[in-house]
Amino acid sequence: MKLGKPSARTRGDSPLKRTLIHLVLIIACIIAVYPVSRVVSISLRPGDRPLSSDLSIIPKNATLKNYQLVLFGDPVTKRASDFFLWLWNSLLITLTTATIGLILASTAAYAFSRFKFPGRAPGLIFLLTTQMIPAGMLLLPLFRMLANLKLLNTYLGLIIAYSVTSVPFSIWILKGYYDTIPIDLEEAARIDGTSHVGAFYRIILPLSTPSLAIAFLFNFMSSWSEYLVARVILQKAPMYTWPLGMWTFAGQFNTAYGRFAAASVMVAVPATILFLWSSKWLVSGLTLGGVKG
Amino acid sequence: MISLTSQIMSSSLVTVLRFVLSIVLAWLLLEGVIYVLFHRPPRNVGMALIVLLLAVALIVLFGRYVWPNKGLDTLKKAAIGVALLIAYLGIYWVLGSSKASKLGMPYLLLAPAVVGIAALIVYPFAYNVYLAFTNMSMTTIRTYTFSLQNGINNFKSVFTGVVAHDATFWQVLSRTILWTVINVVFHVTGGMALALLLNRPMRFKGLYRTLLILPWAIPQTIACMALRAEFNQNYGFFNALLSMPLARSIGLRPVNWLTDPVWAFVALCISNIWLGIPFMMVIILGGLQSISKEFYEASEIDGANSTHQFRHITLPLLRPVLTPSIILGTVWTFNALNVIYLITGGNPQEKTDILVSSLYRAAFDFYRYGFAAAFGLVIFLFLFLFALVYIRVTGGLKAAYE
Repeated sequence: MKLGKPSARTRGDSPLKRTLIHLVLIIACIIAVYPVSRVVSISLRPGDRPLSSDLSIIPKNATLKNYQLVLFGDPVTKRASDFFLWLWNSLLITLTTATIGLILASTAAYAFSRFKFPGRAPGLIFLLTTQMIPAGMLLLPLFRMLANLKLLNTYLGLIIAYSVTSVPFSIWILKGYYDTIPIDLEEAARIDGTSHVGAFYRIILPLSTPSLAIAFLFNFMSSWSEYLVARVILQKAPMYTWPLGMWTFAGQFNTAYGRFAAASVMVAVPATILFLWSSKWLVSGLTLGGVKG
Repeated sequence: MISLTSQIMSSSLVTVLRFVLSIVLAWLLLEGVIYVLFHRPPRNVGMALIVLLLAVALIVLFGRYVWPNKGLDTLKKAAIGVALLIAYLGIYWVLGSSKASKLGMPYLLLAPAVVGIAALIVYPFAYNVYLAFTNMSMTTIRTYTFSLQNGINNFKSVFTGVVAHDATFWQVLSRTILWTVINVVFHVTGGMALALLLNRPMRFKGLYRTLLILPWAIPQTIACMALRAEFNQNYGFFNALLSMPLARSIGLRPVNWLTDPVWAFVALCISNIWLGIPFMMVIILGGLQSISKEFYEASEIDGANSTHQFRHITLPLLRPVLTPSIILGTVWTFNALNVIYLITGGNPQEKTDILVSSLYRAAFDFYRYGFAAAFGLVIFLFLFLFALVYIRVTGGLKAAYE
């Protein structure tokens, strides 16, 4: 079966039709990209005119001053830049969350995929139910619990809060991937005498490294730019992750739009590139339930 | 000058590494215990009861005499606990049969996740139920009481009272349903349209695809802040366009995007649709590419036109991919706390709140903890009931069990 090619009819699209299609797509791309380009232009504006209705992409007198201020601090007021501190906090918290998510989830996903044990179906339903918990519902009890344990405004507190969502989600994704690995490989190994544990280490783990990487990446990316939970748990500036840090630029009365935009660009570029690079796997991971084989 | 010093880096790294190390040690301990429990299980029911009673007795003794003891520090208490555990496991091992239980392996694999989920989800959920029966708020944080009456008050005010000043539960609920329906409809149609356009050999296909995914690829916090700036009355892109002579000549005027309740809702819909179409487009494109062209060729021989092909070939064959994606998209839209909170904050006057943003604000902007706990439970029950009805109507989630 030849897959992936459109019908014979569209191969012979008329030039008019092709031009129209390209036109529509170009308009769609402009719509998709424009708000992003606006952030870039705001970041390039000189400091004395942060707000204006100027729509040009590269503003007049474009300058990199905002980037300098964000990265290295303000020499005039002698305030140091916290930008790298925020990034460091985010990095530590996100890496740990993703790691813990994997530690707790990977073996469970294997069990759900390969074994039939009492409690398997209820377990899967339970996992599904956890996805139905509305956003922020568990945040309140977690907040009170962390307050009682004196873990507010600490790395551990936020890591624990993020792990709440990363563990069930990781189990679901990893189970989907394990389901697609044929069981014959492990059976062959066991006929040759390796135990279950041996089969796990020598066959499954190497084969599932891509899926472990994807689950890690997914957890990483969802906690990396998370704002609302971090806002509740972290309360003092030295502990801020970068979304919280950036919001300090948006003061009550005067938003430092230029610096805000510059910081946004610097964080968004690597994050976006990472996302685009991994988008293929993310999509297949999310729809594993629907497409079989 | 930057404030990140190597001292900060090393001390924070140490904190985090210590935490991960303790998780790994707890993991090993848990696995060891499960292994022993299943590798030499009790020989018969009688033995099982003895072993169970011994465990309960040890736990009770520990809890009554060791844990509350002020004379011992935490390390000593933990050491005593571990010693007791090892002694117990020794007795268990000696008394056990030499035939390992087959259930050992899966439960060994499941144990860490079960403990994690119990601690991270089940316990907070139970605590939430507890909180719903208290009158905890900013003013009563140390003096709150737990009682049935408090619970009744909380649930009553969820249904009849206001979240902060204006919006009632039913207003927010209907707005949430409207929000979800509008967004999902546009997500699917927009995504489908773009995917159909892209599903052909063409130049720049990769470039188009990459640019069109951008709204999804950008960190959502940043995208929301950028969109909020665009709806600014004086400096945003939309009003700049609407102020142009061309727009004025056809009678359009700049809009009070974020200060008018209706237009704020429209702005939020526009934003969320912009954010959500790429996901649908990518999924549908993937689905379209796996449809064999032989179906189309065969139908052409029979004289089908493209509308007919779409309805009778494309749509049915897309269903296995569309259904989970629509479900996912619906859940994400329902839970779009980020978008609502960052772009309008529920304002003006909570007229743009959806259920989840209302909950977040009740808890963290208005500090009504008891009320918010009850509110959260009510939302969860609504979602749960809806899911049950949906499953009943669509005939079961067979795929989930397999």
